[in-house]
Amino acid sequence: MGHDNTHKLEIFQGLLKFKSNTQKIWGVLIFLSIVTIIEVGLGIVKPKFLTEWYPLGMKALNWIFIILTIVKAYYIAWDFMHMRDEKSSLRRAVVWTAVFLICYLVFILLQEGTYIEGVKANGFVKWDF
Amino acid sequence: MEATVSNTGTEGKVWGGGNKPLGASYGKMMMWFFILSDALTFSGFLAAYGFSRFKFIESWPIADEVYNHFPGSHGDNPMYFVALMTFILIASSVTMVLAVDAGHHMNKKKVTFYMFLTIIGGGIFLGSQAWEWTNFIKGSYGALETKGGQILQFVDTRMAEGDEKMKRVSVEDFATASHKERQQHTRSKGLWFTSESSLPEYSVQDVVTAFNANQHLAVRTQQIIPNIEKLKASDNPADIEKAASIERLYVNADQTGQKGVLTRAESERALKNAIQYVKGANLIHNEYGNRLFADFFFFITGFHGFHVFSGVVINVIIFFNILLGTYERRKNYEMVEKVGLYWHFVDLVWVFVFTFFYLV
Repeated sequence: MGHDNTHKLEIFQGLLKFKSNTQKIWGVLIFLSIVTIIEVGLGIVKPKFLTEWYPLGMKALNWIFIILTIVKAYYIAWDFMHMRDEKSSLRRAVVWTAVFLICYLVFILLQEGTYIEGVKANGFVKWDF
Repeated sequence: MEATVSNTGTEGKVWGGGNKPLGASYGKMMMWFFILSDALTFSGFLAAYGFSRFKFIESWPIADEVYNHFPGSHGDNPMYFVALMTFILIASSVTMVLAVDAGHHMNKKKVTFYMFLTIIGGGIFLGSQAWEWTNFIKGSYGALETKGGQILQFVDTRMAEGDEKMKRVSVEDFATASHKERQQHTRSKGLWFTSESSLPEYSVQDVVTAFNANQHLAVRTQQIIPNIEKLKASDNPADIEKAASIERLYVNADQTGQKGVLTRAESERALKNAIQYVKGANLIHNEYGNRLFADFFFFITGFHGFHVFSGVVINVIIFFNILLGTYERRKNYEMVEKVGLYWHFVDLVWVFVFTFFYLV
């Protein structure tokens, strides 16, 4: 299979263009390492303005962690797992199925968890006996 | 035949499956759909973790205080070890994708070399996880568990300058185990068909006596201190009442987000409810806090570790196939790409486990 020319070598919407697939792999590794270092750094320092600010009901710091995680997952799937080079039909069949189902599951479970917490905190039931 | 087969007029087109609508071989496509279903399994576990955490949002253990070990170093080192594990797994993902790339070029030597590095990386990761589990199971401070399943930990109320919070004290550092007649019942000592797990090293009385003799100790509960100022400013009388009770019970009521340390009098009262000494963790008891916390830790990191282990096994099989020249004869290394997909997926899952167990 003459596979050499089938790889798409651009990341960041074409902002960064690599010469070969090997070079792209190393580039993505550097990018993933930088993101992980930022995560770990924030996890150790825990800047106060990020832990005390609650946009959309969750600490800003946690939002940053979750968004950076999805960014990392995107580059692992797109460049390491070559999702970038697959047909859009395969990509959509795999990715959107997961995205829809996971969003639904997470919404239901976190919603109910919050509800039960409310019952424990405000209801007339003793939990610590 | 003419009468029973109807032509749809789509033969050879995408709708008719003619020109490979997904553009992937059967094996690769099925690997992707397996990964999809496995991803849903893992998200089920992580969402269940989120459910329990939201349910016990005010008493969930703080990850930085649980995972704070680093090989060859004592004291508080949160995050570094898992960060290292993350790098190891990402690095072995990179060697895997390099092996796939070398496979496209039909370069047997390079594929062999990169597959070998990938297997080594997976092995190191598994070893790190074993070390992480060992620390988690052994525990470091010990605690008392109450009738209601609450964990009472011990801190030293004397704070050095610049300390943000009171230092944890290990039960072994202040309590002495008294002589006990009771021995662990093993199969060799009595009825051969019954046995029991090891007995706690200290009795509750040992710990309480030592606690009463040491004025500098206090009990730390599972309660995470909420923002007191916000509660006080609330219109809801229940919130104001809650703020008042937190200020009455805890000496560190101003430290939002930290675990509450009881006053000395309240500590002594809390210890009256203790029923057993707990050190480390198993599926029923753990010294870190909520019981579910240890269960989810074992279950999710264990399930992930099992995936890494099976990934290593599959990689080894493929490695030997490469050595034997199977793919050279087949004239393509697609099998390497397929196990590569699985291996990257394992890395992908770890990225999420890392976030939800250690960061958030």
